[in-house]
Amino acid sequence: MKTLVSVLALSTALALPGLASARPVTLTTTLKNYGGDGAYLAVYLTDPSGAYVRTLWVAGKKSKYYKHLTDWHRATGGSPSQINGLTGASIGEGRSLKVTADLADALFDAGYKLNIDAAAEDMRDSPRDISVPLTKAGAGKPVSGRSYVAGFTYGL
Amino acid sequence: MMRILHRWPGLVLAALLFVTALSGAALSIFPTLDAVQAPQAGATLTVAELAARVQASHPGLEQIKRAPSGQISAWWFDGSQPGSAIIDPATGRDVASADPDLVRRWLTTLHRSLFLGDGGRLTATTGALAMLVLAISGAVLVARRTGGWRRWFARLRGPLAGRLHTEIARVAVLGLLLSSVTALWMSAETFEIVTIEAASLEVPAQVSGRAGLALTQMAALSATPVAELRELSFPAPGDPQDLFTLRTDRGMGYVDAGTGTLLAWQDLSFGQHLSETIAMLHTGQGAAVLGLILGLMALGVPVLAVTGVLTWLAGRRARPQLKDNAQAAQAETVLLVGSEGGSTWGFAATLASALRDAGQSVHVAPMTGFAPSRYRQAQRFLILAATYGEGDAPASAKGFLDQMQALQEPSAAPMAVLGFGDRSFLAFCAFAAAVESAARAKGWAALLPYDTIDRQSSQDFTRWGRTLGRALGIELELAHQPVLPAAQTLTLLDRRDHGAAVQVPMAILRFALPKASLWQRLTGQGLARFEPGDLLGILPEGSAVPRLYSLASGSQDGFIEIVVRRHPGGLTSGQLTRLQPGQTVRGFLRRHPGFHAQTDRAPLILIGAGTGVGPLAGFIRRNERHRPIHLFFGLRHPDSDFLYRDELTSWRAEGKLAHLSLAVSRGDGPHQYVQDVLRQEATQVAEAIRQGAKVMVCGGREMARGVSDALTEILKPAGLTPAMLKAGGRYVEDVY
Repeated sequence: MKTLVSVLALSTALALPGLASARPVTLTTTLKNYGGDGAYLAVYLTDPSGAYVRTLWVAGKKSKYYKHLTDWHRATGGSPSQINGLTGASIGEGRSLKVTADLADALFDAGYKLNIDAAAEDMRDSPRDISVPLTKAGAGKPVSGRSYVAGFTYGL
Repeated sequence: MMRILHRWPGLVLAALLFVTALSGAALSIFPTLDAVQAPQAGATLTVAELAARVQASHPGLEQIKRAPSGQISAWWFDGSQPGSAIIDPATGRDVASADPDLVRRWLTTLHRSLFLGDGGRLTATTGALAMLVLAISGAVLVARRTGGWRRWFARLRGPLAGRLHTEIARVAVLGLLLSSVTALWMSAETFEIVTIEAASLEVPAQVSGRAGLALTQMAALSATPVAELRELSFPAPGDPQDLFTLRTDRGMGYVDAGTGTLLAWQDLSFGQHLSETIAMLHTGQGAAVLGLILGLMALGVPVLAVTGVLTWLAGRRARPQLKDNAQAAQAETVLLVGSEGGSTWGFAATLASALRDAGQSVHVAPMTGFAPSRYRQAQRFLILAATYGEGDAPASAKGFLDQMQALQEPSAAPMAVLGFGDRSFLAFCAFAAAVESAARAKGWAALLPYDTIDRQSSQDFTRWGRTLGRALGIELELAHQPVLPAAQTLTLLDRRDHGAAVQVPMAILRFALPKASLWQRLTGQGLARFEPGDLLGILPEGSAVPRLYSLASGSQDGFIEIVVRRHPGGLTSGQLTRLQPGQTVRGFLRRHPGFHAQTDRAPLILIGAGTGVGPLAGFIRRNERHRPIHLFFGLRHPDSDFLYRDELTSWRAEGKLAHLSLAVSRGDGPHQYVQDVLRQEATQVAEAIRQGAKVMVCGGREMARGVSDALTEILKPAGLTPAMLKAGGRYVEDVY
């Protein structure tokens, strides 16, 4: 699964004009004890103007719930082609999600942002629970989210 | 086929359905609780007003949701602190916490997936599929049992477990059908077998980018009533390009934060409407009353599961194991059995295995449920039928003659009828003869001439087998060994003799209850549990053929009592009437549920003569609840054969017996039989029957016939006949 992710990430990175070097980045998300069912998360990249670029991971397999990841869903329509091979189980409260994605060097320090939309059944929809700029300096620094995410770090 | 479809999913998945149904029933309460507790919005309240009210209390408002029950919840950020609450729309203030209720979450996870994740969801889905199969097959079986779809609510008879199962099933089946179908759809959506595209709308390119417009000034929000609202999401505070997302019952749209106008709109698709309706029908959210009704019906499932298992167990015990039984639709030889006591089944088993050894495919089944169209490959029909009472159908042949009458055309396959009976009885093989004549009247070809077997004679059976073999062109040697039920040794406690003076020697024999093991007592085997009206089979020394006697006591009385008349030359009656206290006989129990005094309060009219008073006395002795009982007792002379004289007096004093009418046939007064006394009390009898009394008759054939004639006369003014009462289970006979 991880190999597939890497292969896909690599091939997508190669499609970006003029970029050839990419590095695997580990994204670690730990959830708060928010008192609800397993949360659905969408981890995705946006460009400097705020437009959606690509999805890095979706936690939660039932597509009928994807509409609660509002900003991500607005951009992608929850389309299966965007998330092929990039889905896993939903994350229970207090637990962690660890994802490795291949990100091109040119994306760092260029105004790109890592975002996480989160939602849980019968609870609030939390778009941009996490929204952090992708920088080399920010690697390894934990950031806390608005509602669901206790701590998010990206490491090289 | 229907039985198999119903029995196996039910037995195998009973435990799963127990849990799913109970959790579902518990969950069905919540929509009602929500609807009752949630403060409802006024009919004219608009989204703009509501949002403004909530925002006044919580400036950092992010999202307002309205549940199908009408409950309004809001989520906000107070600085960096998230907050949420259920809102009273009239004031905009917090009323309660919006956190999901723990109990509800627990029940929902249990119901959906048994706490086992995706594998659990799959299991629950299998349960829903099984429920659907059970509901459909069960409905067909109910229609068969009651005799047709139009007779769906007809009265039921039979053992308690089976009756309870059918009673609950025919009330709950519609709800269970709906719940299982909606559950299957929702599972299909979850597992993406069915995909309903979620509403997604393109973000409009042109956004005003302005801010600061008051909520109440926004036209799009003022135009939407709260009653239609589902969700209102506020734009992100720092982003001037962000929009309100408005979702209503009709669709979703984006509202510009600066101008308050609707920039884009998409109606809900048909698929989404369907999906939501189905979710509503299953969960009851938005249809609280329906939810409660479905929950009530789901409560029947545990009872259905338990009674279903009990009925299956009872059926297995009653019927001999039919190994290698061919399918009805595939068998070449169809062997139908009408058995009352079970001995005819033994003969059928011997015949079936001999035919199979000769290479035939045989389907053995009871005569009830006779439907010639099911036997598509049948080349011949063999009917083995015993007789009950005065020529009535035995237990496993009920409804056969009606089915025969209803046939348009006989099957092409010829039929041979073999009757089982006892020549010492007047109506020897009367039922089998009725079957034979009904078949020939329909024009059914005869495979063999009608034949009879007297007193379970193995030699007669072998002889008939050879005739059958010649007709089929095969070698058929039937060697039947009668299988006797396990008999227990019974010790006589005491005996009371009557009737010597009138040349009708009778004795009331009381035996000690044999010791029963714990298992026997739990499962009710052997003589651990019985009632008056059941039969005691006595195995005389020197014969394999048992004689049956009606029990005059129940196991709760603590002894086994029968009334025996000595027949000249009778083997069993002779041995029994010579028995002295301390001596033993071998006996077994044969249940006779058709002749039980049930535990309701309806009055009883008990009619008996001579030894027939035995079970009737048993009913009176067990009449703890003092239901009104009227006993008509026919005897010869009160000084000689007045059985239970002292007991009847004390029972009358205690209130167990309301009224006793004696018919003395050889006494000092006028010679009367029971039917004469009945006629004398015609008005009281007719009135009691009109008010729901049940008539139970026990005695000889002549007496039973006389009583039936008398009752026909008595009931004519009330517009009833004994046949009608029999059909309603209010007139039963134990006749010998």
